[in-house]
Amino acid sequence: MNNTEIIEKIRQFMIEEFEVEEEKITPDANLKDTLGLDSLDYIDLVVVIESNFKFKVKPEDFVGIKTYEDFCNYVISRVNSKELV
Amino acid sequence: MNRVVITGMGIYSCIGKNLDEVTQSLYNGRSGIVLDPDRKEFGYRSGLTGFLEKPDLKGTLDRRARIMLPEQGEYAYVATLEALKNAGISQDYINDHEIGILYGNDSSAKSVIETNDIIRDKKDTMLVGSGSVFQTMNSTVTMNLATIFKLRGINLTISAACASGSHSIGIGYQFIKAGLQDCIICGGAQEINKYSMGSFDALSAFSVLESEPEHASRPFDRDRDGLVPSGGGATVILESLDSAVKRGANILGEIVGYGFSSNGGHISNPTVDGPVRSLNMALKDSGLRSSEVDYINAHATSTPAGDLSEAKAIHEVFGSSRPLVSSTKSMTGHECWMAGASEVIYSMLMMQNGFVAPNINFENPDEESVKLNIAKKTVEKDIIVFLSNSFGFGGTNSSLIIKKP
Repeated sequence: MNNTEIIEKIRQFMIEEFEVEEEKITPDANLKDTLGLDSLDYIDLVVVIESNFKFKVKPEDFVGIKTYEDFCNYVISRVNSKELV
Repeated sequence: MNRVVITGMGIYSCIGKNLDEVTQSLYNGRSGIVLDPDRKEFGYRSGLTGFLEKPDLKGTLDRRARIMLPEQGEYAYVATLEALKNAGISQDYINDHEIGILYGNDSSAKSVIETNDIIRDKKDTMLVGSGSVFQTMNSTVTMNLATIFKLRGINLTISAACASGSHSIGIGYQFIKAGLQDCIICGGAQEINKYSMGSFDALSAFSVLESEPEHASRPFDRDRDGLVPSGGGATVILESLDSAVKRGANILGEIVGYGFSSNGGHISNPTVDGPVRSLNMALKDSGLRSSEVDYINAHATSTPAGDLSEAKAIHEVFGSSRPLVSSTKSMTGHECWMAGASEVIYSMLMMQNGFVAPNINFENPDEESVKLNIAKKTVEKDIIVFLSNSFGFGGTNSSLIIKKP
């Protein structure tokens, strides 16, 4: 899976599963304040990531992730590091 | 002491998805029972069940609310929306008043099983998602509805087996009567999936008259062979008379009596004494004579022992006046945790529309039901006072008496 495909997959589940308004999805959108994700939604992100990208997220991994771009970069780096292994 | 009235009702059941559809079904004696082949394949002794469609809540409730709701919570939500509308209670009114919720529910089997299936498969609890814990708890209906409707009064679930819905109304009545609350959302909800009823089927308690599903539930009939499980959601809005009058609400009925008792005996075998004490307590609370009750909506589930005991109990208390009796479970099947609330609504609809719904499939009486005045067909009747019975495992009994306003 290349980076463009990863980003498209994230965009899709944000819109379809988390019902985030499409026009709000920008690189610097804050996950909590702009996209409206709350603490329980982060638990569901763990599930969605596992089913889409086949890796497990630890809740503490989210600590430094503030924006949509941070989140995409995190997923990309985890997918790529898994593929390297 | 406050007088307690019903100002709203909502229903989602196998004989109709709203008050109008249910009224038509009751009047026409329409059964909501089907044979579900999937249950047979799953290992059920009986594949009979009430059938209702899953409500489509996308667009009505946001994602966060939807993923918290188990099946019976969806039914309860739809019924409560209708009840609040029926009562003329808006979200603005709820925001400005302390409204409570006391709702009957006694399982959330499907959510529990599906959650544990994921953990077994993935070996990681994190992968069940955020909705599971709120779906799996017994108080799931009250915790969800209290959140969705932003309720700020009493908030708890009543678990009393198949009398849960009835006790929720009885306890709501006591809260309002005592002046602790002005308005409470009461009711009962019951999941209808195959995971929820397997252990009940294991007791050989279900009818196996599978060749004619609509004739399988036959309360009080000589040839009955067991109950048919069913479910849905039923909500009534209870309110103090003062509160109802103050906001100009349409008063649909007044709760005048609540009786309860415990058999003090076997966990599943019925008694006559327990229900008799519940019936007499309800009558005493109402201040009415037994002859003033026009109609009894019986608990009768179509089991050989249960119907026999209830017929004896009704005859013992009402033998001299012989009011009309029917069990609407002949059409709906046994709606279990929901039944006590749905049957109050069925009886209220009869009271509003001047008829007694038939006890369908009552073809031949047994030695006890022959003593009762059972409505075989729909009877045109002006009901002023009705009584609704509900009994449950463990010997819990509840009887409610409701009067036309």
